[in-house]
Amino acid sequence: MSRAFHLYRKGVNVVMFSLAGLCAFTTVSVLFYILGFLVWKGAGAINWDFFTQLPKPVGEAGGGMANAIVGSFKLVVLATAIGVPVGFVTGVYLAEFGGRRYPALIRYIADLLNGVPSIVIGIFAYALVVVPMRRFSTLAGGLALSLMIIPVTIRTTEQFLRAVPDSLREAALALGASKWRMVATVVIPASLHAVLTGTLLGVARVAGETAPLLFTSFNNRFWSTGWDQPTASLPVMIFTYAIAPYEDWHRQAWAAGLVLLMAMLALNVTAHRILSMKMARRSGR
Amino acid sequence: MQTLRLWLRNRNPADVMAHAVTLLFASTVLLVTALLVYELYVSSAASRQEFGWTFLLSRDWDPVQDKFGALPFIYGTVVTSVLALLMAAPVGVGAAIFLAELAPPKISDTLTFVVELLAAVPSVIYGLLAIFTLVPWLRETVQPFLQERFGYLPVFQGPMYGVGILAASMILAIMILPFIVSISREALLAVPAEQREAALAVGATRWEAAWQVVTPYAGLGIAGSVFLALARALGETMAVTMVIGNAPKISASLFESGYSIAAVIANEFTEATGDMHLSALVQLGLVLFGLTIVMNAIARLMLAATSRKGSPQ
Repeated sequence: MSRAFHLYRKGVNVVMFSLAGLCAFTTVSVLFYILGFLVWKGAGAINWDFFTQLPKPVGEAGGGMANAIVGSFKLVVLATAIGVPVGFVTGVYLAEFGGRRYPALIRYIADLLNGVPSIVIGIFAYALVVVPMRRFSTLAGGLALSLMIIPVTIRTTEQFLRAVPDSLREAALALGASKWRMVATVVIPASLHAVLTGTLLGVARVAGETAPLLFTSFNNRFWSTGWDQPTASLPVMIFTYAIAPYEDWHRQAWAAGLVLLMAMLALNVTAHRILSMKMARRSGR
Repeated sequence: MQTLRLWLRNRNPADVMAHAVTLLFASTVLLVTALLVYELYVSSAASRQEFGWTFLLSRDWDPVQDKFGALPFIYGTVVTSVLALLMAAPVGVGAAIFLAELAPPKISDTLTFVVELLAAVPSVIYGLLAIFTLVPWLRETVQPFLQERFGYLPVFQGPMYGVGILAASMILAIMILPFIVSISREALLAVPAEQREAALAVGATRWEAAWQVVTPYAGLGIAGSVFLALARALGETMAVTMVIGNAPKISASLFESGYSIAAVIANEFTEATGDMHLSALVQLGLVLFGLTIVMNAIARLMLAATSRKGSPQ
């Protein structure tokens, strides 16, 4: 083969890998762009009032999003309280008790549920809770979000239980433990971090969700007085404020965006940390 | 009954209880999903009976006269998603090849983690950024440029507001990029090392090995990642609602406003004027559900096929 052709191939190699590297760089830089822009726009707008005040009436500057922060917190707690137990126990079933056919069906359904657009989940929660109760409520919003937590928890739980070595199971059975004892006292404790990671990832998935809340928990300019009342939440507030024509509302939308993004990153990084710590300990043994 | 009794006799009753309880929870998941489909079906009954299949082909959307058709919304959803895919897929696959084939493992893992964080950024934040950075940029820089240079093409004619089909496609492209990168990378990493070694041994450059041997081998997995991203894009609500312009029309220009299925549900559901309006919105939800289920199913089939092929031995 001629020398020129050889050089040409070398050149293609360098050029194409540089292009691929550029693609990777572009993708990764989007996160830093988002982060940087939100800090730049949002940091100035965050003050004590933001966390402690109610929204001011339209046209008045100032005020904060205290009710939306508490509202988001309530929604996520409710969603976690419903979604994580259901997802976790289902994950235990899939990993430890299931036979062959039925678990495959459940796994398929969980994947399907995972793929349902969040706005459709909102319609479902509306039909299921809002229509019979005749009002928007925290309850309806929390339920909608819990449906999005369930598939995440199922998947992480099953994965982690399967990663527990069989020798542990065999040791427990050999000592005369019954199956449920083996699962409850050996397998689950050995993968307790799974519950934690699954929960964190589930919360991270739903804390920023807006679409399923639009017509379930709706919005509220005041404190929500009970679980059966509509409530404000950070994502819905960002949406409402961003598309409104007021400068001051835009400023607060940036602040809320920054708070939400920080919470999101913290949850994901923590989950990642727990995982890599566990991995390191296991491989070090 | 006989076999059940025999089966029970040989078991510890506590084990049977544990099995039954976990089975019950697993069945709840099944039940809830079935209920979801049922509710969508029942709640859209009025609209389905009134319009039937013409719902999918009609261009009317007139809540005042109770005339509803889904075509502009289906058009908006499909066009923005496909455009997003055309923009995101080459960049995503390129990034995946870099991460899987060239970057040292440590750097690759770190960058992949950043990409996964990107996937976790809430849709409403993408929308917020799109309204205040992407839309002005399109309006003041990109659209005048495109119209001046390529204005003879119908796709670049029309008003330059910034918001519209183009803005929605671009923000969708950015949002689905992380899914394409991380799943394609997995598919590439699952290709056996022998494939690379064989190519390098006969004198291929690293790029030739990556592009002509490894990438085709992982082709199905990469295609799966693209379909998964497509399913995401179809169902994406907030960011699209904030920049698509929210006007139910079908036009050749990418600069024109449009509307997507998810966006119209988000905007009109709480303000629906009557039962028929609400029912039509639910039927739109049913259409969207169907679309995403099909895309997801195709993606899963492709990914399942590669994980079998890619496993060692």
